[in-house]
Amino acid sequence: MTFKCTDAFTMNSWLTIGPVSRVSSASKSAPYRTTLLEANIAAWREADGQVTAEADGASALVESHYGYLWVCPSGRPARPIFDFPEYAEAGRRIVDCDGIGVAVSHPRMIENFLDMGHFPYVHAHYLGTIPNTEVVPYEVKHDEVADELWADDCKFYQPKTSNSATQGLQVEYKYRVMQSASAMLYKTAFTRPDLMDAIGLFVQPHSEEHITAYCLLAYIDDTSSINDLLSFQHTIFGQDKPILENQIPRRMPLYPGAEIPTRCDAMSTAYRRWLLDKDVTYGTVRSAEAA
Amino acid sequence: MKLYDYELSGNCYKIRLFCALLGLDIQRLPVNFYPGKEHKSEKFLAEINPMGQLPVIDDDGFILRDAQAILVYLAERYDRTGVWWPSSPEARGLIQTWLSFSDDLTRTASAARLHDALGYTEIDVHAARKGAHKLLRYLDDHLAVRHFNGSPWLHGGSPSIADIACFPYVALAPEGGISLDEYPDIRQWIWDVRSLPRFVGMGGIMAIDIGQDN
Repeated sequence: MTFKCTDAFTMNSWLTIGPVSRVSSASKSAPYRTTLLEANIAAWREADGQVTAEADGASALVESHYGYLWVCPSGRPARPIFDFPEYAEAGRRIVDCDGIGVAVSHPRMIENFLDMGHFPYVHAHYLGTIPNTEVVPYEVKHDEVADELWADDCKFYQPKTSNSATQGLQVEYKYRVMQSASAMLYKTAFTRPDLMDAIGLFVQPHSEEHITAYCLLAYIDDTSSINDLLSFQHTIFGQDKPILENQIPRRMPLYPGAEIPTRCDAMSTAYRRWLLDKDVTYGTVRSAEAA
Repeated sequence: MKLYDYELSGNCYKIRLFCALLGLDIQRLPVNFYPGKEHKSEKFLAEINPMGQLPVIDDDGFILRDAQAILVYLAERYDRTGVWWPSSPEARGLIQTWLSFSDDLTRTASAARLHDALGYTEIDVHAARKGAHKLLRYLDDHLAVRHFNGSPWLHGGSPSIADIACFPYVALAPEGGISLDEYPDIRQWIWDVRSLPRFVGMGGIMAIDIGQDN
């Protein structure tokens, strides 16, 4: 096995290796090169348009969905790629913010994405502002058919929720975890408060402690320029990055008492329990001795 | 004044920071530096900066590139106090050494960060980190002497454009896998810069006072 990962759940899931545009001018002799679970990936587009990928020289199962390339490391996917209906919905703008490298594990990255409590501190004057720090209690549901986690009644007061926002807004959020390294959020669209913008976070674990986090927007916003949308998203991500990189340990501790959650961490707690139920070991710490 | 800008660029940030400290209003024009490489586009090269780099300012039709040149220009033109770019020949010479030093930081500490964060895989990250540590060792020793002699700043008794030029890529060095643990005087200096009145942060550098909603 070329991938340095032993847990079946991670091996049987779809993990991104980057936007499809990476292979637009790649060939077998000059492939797009990257790493996944510590294996060297080479990917290119064949003359017939099909994408081929290899992991350490061995053929790898790869598919294209939502403008991204997805590899199933084991070659035996537990389920098809998750649904992302907003990607093809009329009236939405699809903006690929591409990826940013972060020295952290993929579960820590996903958990940060699911957290509202840090908004007024890390994203002050954008996604939150002191003293409006309250996370209103919300419920987490497990969709047993799709095996996804959902928190769909979240609310937070945001001074500047998106690039197009000109004033503060009580924003409704829905969070969704589709896979251990893929999540989405839906939030009130400032320009159309009856609709929700969608943001996908697709994480590529290069190793247990190094990732690239890709962001894909499916926005209702028809006033902002692409540069404005990218700038806003990179600003928010740049604010998260040092927080993520200063977490110790970089892997996600999944043993009792390692970190103390509060009520506002209900989604994070559910995600951690879900990882435990799946027996995910990659990017996690399972005992105090291993931390 | 317009600034051709990218949020995560330390060289753009030093212009935003200096303008904030001077109380100058700027209009930020976000450039798709990443992932679009718009600063290398034909249009950008032809109309804004043939060097294909950020930042660039447009001050009522006067277009100027290069972060350090812009700091000099802004200080000359808009700093009524004269403290940011003092006029004595000795001060100017010594501050200029730090402006050049900040370019060396861009070539090393910033390069390592571009490698780790923005996928510049062609950069030799080990050489970049090694080069950065050499500069940081020198900077830390210099600041230790400055602190011993009672000044928190790189030159003189007040902050100057030397501090502004060097600050961003030192503060962002950990994002390139360059720890600042072994540089206590640098860490004190970072804290002192972040404590300046009207300081603004960027993605990666938090302001100490994050403020409240009014």
